[in-house]
Amino acid sequence: MPTVTVTVDGVTYEEEVEPRLLLVHFLRDRLGKTGTPVGCDTGNCGACTVMLDGRSAKSCSVLAVQADGSDIVTVEGLASGGGLHPMQQAFHEEHALQCGYCTPGMIMAAIDLLKDDPDPSEEAVRAGLEGNLCRCTGYCTIVRAVRRGARSMSGEEVPAP
Amino acid sequence: MTEQLDAGLVARQITEHDGLGGPVGPDGGREVGRARRRREDARLITGRTRWTDNIQLPGMLHVAFLRSPLAHARITRVDVSAARSLPGVVAAFAGRDFDGEQGSLPCAWPVSEDVVIPDHPPMAVDRVRYVGEAVACVVATDRYRAADALEAVEVDYEPLEAVLDMTEALAEGAPAVHEAGNQAFTWKFSGGDVEAAFRDAPVLIDRTYVQQRLIPTAMEPRAVVAVPEGEGFTLYSATQIPHILRVMLALTTGIPEHLLRVVAPDVGGGFGSKLQVTAEEVLSLLLARRLGRPVKWTESRSEGNLTVHHGRDQIQRISLAAERDGRIRGVRVDLLADMGAYLMLVTPGVPLLGAFMYNGVYKMDAYDFTCTGVFTTKMPTDAYRGAGRPEATFAIERAVDELAAELGLDPIEVRRRNWITREEFPYTTVAGLTYDSGDYEAATERAVALFGYDKLRAEQADRRERRDPVQLGIGVSTYTEMCGLAPSRVLGSLSYGAGGWEHAAVRMLPTGKVEVVTGTSPHGQGHETAWSQIVADALGVPFEDVSVLHGDTAVSPRGLDTYGSRSLVVGGVAVLAACEKVKEKAKRLAAHLLEAADDDVEFSGGAFRVRGTEAGRTIQELALAAFAAHDLPDGFEPRLDAEATFDPENFSFPHGTHLCAVEVDTETGAVRIRSYVAVDDVGRVVNPLIVEGQVHGGIAQGIGQALYEEAVYDTGGNLLTTTMADYLIPSAADLPDFVTDRTETPATSNPLGVKGVGEAGTIASTPAVVNAVVDALRPYGVRDVPMPCTPERVWRALARSGGGGTAGPPGPGAAADGTGAAETAGGAQ
Repeated sequence: MPTVTVTVDGVTYEEEVEPRLLLVHFLRDRLGKTGTPVGCDTGNCGACTVMLDGRSAKSCSVLAVQADGSDIVTVEGLASGGGLHPMQQAFHEEHALQCGYCTPGMIMAAIDLLKDDPDPSEEAVRAGLEGNLCRCTGYCTIVRAVRRGARSMSGEEVPAP
Repeated sequence: MTEQLDAGLVARQITEHDGLGGPVGPDGGREVGRARRRREDARLITGRTRWTDNIQLPGMLHVAFLRSPLAHARITRVDVSAARSLPGVVAAFAGRDFDGEQGSLPCAWPVSEDVVIPDHPPMAVDRVRYVGEAVACVVATDRYRAADALEAVEVDYEPLEAVLDMTEALAEGAPAVHEAGNQAFTWKFSGGDVEAAFRDAPVLIDRTYVQQRLIPTAMEPRAVVAVPEGEGFTLYSATQIPHILRVMLALTTGIPEHLLRVVAPDVGGGFGSKLQVTAEEVLSLLLARRLGRPVKWTESRSEGNLTVHHGRDQIQRISLAAERDGRIRGVRVDLLADMGAYLMLVTPGVPLLGAFMYNGVYKMDAYDFTCTGVFTTKMPTDAYRGAGRPEATFAIERAVDELAAELGLDPIEVRRRNWITREEFPYTTVAGLTYDSGDYEAATERAVALFGYDKLRAEQADRRERRDPVQLGIGVSTYTEMCGLAPSRVLGSLSYGAGGWEHAAVRMLPTGKVEVVTGTSPHGQGHETAWSQIVADALGVPFEDVSVLHGDTAVSPRGLDTYGSRSLVVGGVAVLAACEKVKEKAKRLAAHLLEAADDDVEFSGGAFRVRGTEAGRTIQELALAAFAAHDLPDGFEPRLDAEATFDPENFSFPHGTHLCAVEVDTETGAVRIRSYVAVDDVGRVVNPLIVEGQVHGGIAQGIGQALYEEAVYDTGGNLLTTTMADYLIPSAADLPDFVTDRTETPATSNPLGVKGVGEAGTIASTPAVVNAVVDALRPYGVRDVPMPCTPERVWRALARSGGGGTAGPPGPGAAADGTGAAETAGGAQ
């Protein structure tokens, strides 16, 4: 079996894996990184989105062997020092989650979206998150949260809503 | 204090605080009504979640199910021997291997005398009746090996004819889904003199609408972990109903109830789909018993689309008799409801939950409802957000729009001429329900103002005049619904198998913190936050000092779980009732310690004081004193806690007005929602943030039904929409920003004055959207577009009417008024 070496949330792992093992199952079942959930099997829902070498990737659509040598950040590794990442904080402030199952992927996709557009309009957020589905919120509060997160990531003081 | 709270008393207490301004909770607290950020969020935004699929246990095995590829067939042979010998495979079984053990999946709602409840083995033994029905299983050391081994299971089938169309299913000589035939039940209900109402009616609207089959699509797929523990078992499941599940599993499998613990850990949405006792839960439990090891099953999304119960799937014929001034005389409904292949937990009850709502918010003299449940070779249907009420609301709200078009009246005006006015509450409807409170005028007035109704109507007229290929449509929906499933006596009279009470326990801990146990089972609703707000106000303790326990029958032994918008209006009120009992007890202790008479002690701001003095004890001090037990009144048990149940005497009736503006491209059929305004009245609000979230999500799901979603079976009974690429739930890019507001008419059926909100948005929004689409196309002679109103369906509706595209509408003179008359004339009674 091939060996993969990956860094996940700052910890380096060296593991033997079956070539067919999906990255998301590698993260969840082998490394115990259960913060990243699986919502579908066709790459449509985006619940399993992680950062793979700095860009968002749906980890159900990546094989573990493809991630060899990569640096992966999951929702569990976003915040440092016990606090919250500004995007996590924004999701909390704006009530941008209900059941929370899509939330890890939504937050990762949102952070990635800001890399191309640090201050996105409502339309840009809606278009940018098209690949991440939520069944609870109707998206209004997610859109607000992403725009709040964007402003606070750029260092702006954002008053509580 | 009696077992149940005196609703009237507490309601009056709340009302007395009204003059203070701002949010007011019990005892003048300031938590109820406040937009508290949710305490649940901390774990969910950081990935420290407890989804069932996260669970890994020593020796845990994984089960995978082989599922029928045929809609209807006899099973002539199942051979699992080759699968058994594959590496990593521990066991493999066919349906026959569970003979005498697997029982029949329960239906808890035998709706009528004539109901047919067919045997429903969790694993098919000799016959399959829908694509996806489990026929064999493999248990292996990991999920990949279990899936591999399914390939080695051999099954021979003798195909039978699929039964897909409800009308054909009821025809003479149709192939039978079950021996008793294809009719599951008939159910009739009548109020007033329907014949008289329809006799010589000046206006008759007669329409048939199809409620397409939907797939609930909670984001978390189902998952089960069954664990042998000691004498018994613990079953972890992504379920909405741990309490009901425990009872039903005990009855189904014969495992004694007291040796069975059911846990619903974090659950990622349900919308009714996890209000079920599933084959996979039963079989995982049986496998854990047989193999003596933990057994886990997690469905894939495509497996879930096939086998999570579906929603809706009804054909509604609605007839409405009215006067020329628009006043409705009566409504007659004839419903065909697709049960699918079996009756699951509440399958036949779903259309009945709508039976009392086809009169909507309107006054009328007569109402008649007939429903026929039909078996087909498809996945069973069951509760999906709204369960029966969205269907009813859709039919009446569409029909009332047709009435407005027929009479050339504004749809809001027709509604105004028929709805129950604010002075008329409480109002007993033609369907026999008593709506406790409401103010349809206020909600509509607010919605009209926020929407800019007149301005949009002017733009619509302009676009019609200009023959703009992109037409504007305005849709109205004035809804109410019955929820908060509850009154146990009423549920009993409808043959429902259980009650509708809810239970809570409130425990003051020695350090003054509060532990709340609720029988409701949240899966996204935010009960931990909302219940903490209620308790903080009731006991005068800090919000942060309250914790809420739920979803584990060992921790919360009594409850009836979460569905039907019942959690707050039943379970939240039970929490308040338990707090009141704790306070009664604390007051007695305080009086004892303060050497005062009970009646001289008052509670305010978290402390008990002797009237007119500063002498007092905080509730935290009393909790410690009760724990220490050094100086207690005679007969006082050394603890400051209480339990309570609440069983309201009436349902909850939220209402509201939703307005939707759509732009319809008559050349392509594309529909774009331009604006959406919802003004809902859900009574008093515990947490406006949570309420807004529920409304938003509900609207989105209702829009999903109106524009995007449909479970499609082909002519052979194969589900074509097995993935999220085929079954389209709305994405962020498909939806507008919703404008929401509230009016607040307190409920009189519970002491918090609250009404249910979980399903309201879904119930209201589907007709608002479709009414808007049809309104845009009325000048073209279009009077209906079947759901979902996809571009193709809109285009076809236009093509059939001979309009559309650059041809433009037939001209202002032929608008709305002209189209309805011809149709009505052709309509049968």
